[in-house]
Amino acid sequence: MNDTLLRELVPAVIGVLVRRGAEFAAAEDAVQEALIRALETWPGDPPRDPKGWLVATAWRKFLDAVRSESARQRRELAVEAEPAPGSVAATDDTLWLYFLCAHPSLSPGTAVALTLRAVGGLTTRQIAAAYLVPEATIAQRISRAKRQLAGLPLDRPGDPGTVLRVLYLVFNEGYGGDVDLAAEAIRLTRQLAAATGDPEAAGLLALMLLHHARRASRTGPGGRLVPLAEQDRSRWDTALIAEGVEILQAALARDRLGEYQAQAAIAALHADAPSAAETDWVQIVEWYDELLGLTGSPVVRLNRAVAIGEADGPRAGLAELDKVDPALPRHQAARAYLLERAGERERAAELYAEAAHLAASLAERDHLTRAAARLRGNSELS
Amino acid sequence: MAKYLLLKHYRGAPAPTNDVPMDRWTPEEVTAHIQYMQDWAAKLQSTGEFVDGQAVSPQGTFVRSGGPGQPPVTDGPFAETKDLIAGWMVIDVDSYERALELAAELSDAPGAGGRPIQEWLELRPFMTEAPTVLE
Repeated sequence: MNDTLLRELVPAVIGVLVRRGAEFAAAEDAVQEALIRALETWPGDPPRDPKGWLVATAWRKFLDAVRSESARQRRELAVEAEPAPGSVAATDDTLWLYFLCAHPSLSPGTAVALTLRAVGGLTTRQIAAAYLVPEATIAQRISRAKRQLAGLPLDRPGDPGTVLRVLYLVFNEGYGGDVDLAAEAIRLTRQLAAATGDPEAAGLLALMLLHHARRASRTGPGGRLVPLAEQDRSRWDTALIAEGVEILQAALARDRLGEYQAQAAIAALHADAPSAAETDWVQIVEWYDELLGLTGSPVVRLNRAVAIGEADGPRAGLAELDKVDPALPRHQAARAYLLERAGERERAAELYAEAAHLAASLAERDHLTRAAARLRGNSELS
Repeated sequence: MAKYLLLKHYRGAPAPTNDVPMDRWTPEEVTAHIQYMQDWAAKLQSTGEFVDGQAVSPQGTFVRSGGPGQPPVTDGPFAETKDLIAGWMVIDVDSYERALELAAELSDAPGAGGRPIQEWLELRPFMTEAPTVLE
């Protein structure tokens, strides 16, 4: 049985239950129970209409729960008042769930967990494994989220930007469990982009596809980090790149530029270059200018300085870098890289070592330590 | 979300504001202290921010390899160290600011005279996986 196919049905089924009058938390619980039932029975007895089967089973689970909790009279009234099951536009329900899970009253970590569960259909165990925390921790996060949402009026659509940010957070997480969160984020963003037709959703989808296409080449043996310039470009997934570029071009043509489209444009220029040396750095700098105008982000300013270093030479890059807050993550690493290219090996080695101390990930720290060792001539260590 | 290690020291941290050794407290003060810590951990469990935590014995031993074919070399109970860990807790929170806030709360556990100890706790971020997006 296809686990992914099953998960794709989850948001629509929750939507149907909510539309029929179930509270979100109760609907979500009922669908989870129906999913478990599906995993048990489908392999031996596959349904002809999987979605219909899930809706029927989840609705029965929901009614069971209501019945066990309420008095006979109230139960009879509820059954009496039950609306006739009618057809519901699945895309509308799915969209509504996206906004619900990314509600501004939830913290980012909570929004991510709830989205993976309610929209993605992942089990609590799968989410916990992906984030390397105990199952109880995620279970608490999700039930707390549901409590927080319980008293809120949820009739208005939320901010699409928050939904996209939540999906981007999922994409950027590491890979801890048996669920590939990057692939999961792509699957959900694809749904969202198709349902909304929003150019920024398409931009985010393109960005994810372009990054995902290079994933296999980003790490070497033992999880070792391989920088862009040294990546084996023959291992890039050209089909994903082509798809990403096509989606991006269609989005850009609608002339409503946003930060994800601009980031995707930069990723597309990298993906397009036959080698690091042949990269169109001048155009990349132009896109960074656009991105800076859209976000004003100091991180963008830092990346832009590195791109200027490639387009106009390391000295120009260093001059730009001087205008960026030195407290930013990777500031030392960027300066070390530009200094090395300018021929100042000694100073670059010092800064690489300093940057290694500040690195937030093991792979990055090891990479920077090797860079320092290489410049100090201990090449057997690199 | 980001994980942080909260380290509580027996020895080695700067002196707390309310600096009276625990064996000089009244039994009620000890009970109140332990209750505060337990309530605090339970609160973190309910917010979904608690990952793990343990207290460790003050007795520890330094060990190193003795070379090929040789038994491990040990050096008595922390002969040279100035630092002694009492316990640790791992939290998974949305921001560094939230981690600081929680550490400050834990540091505020009541001590001698029922006043907050305001002890120093060590807060260290976990090394993360390299993010998917780097370039």
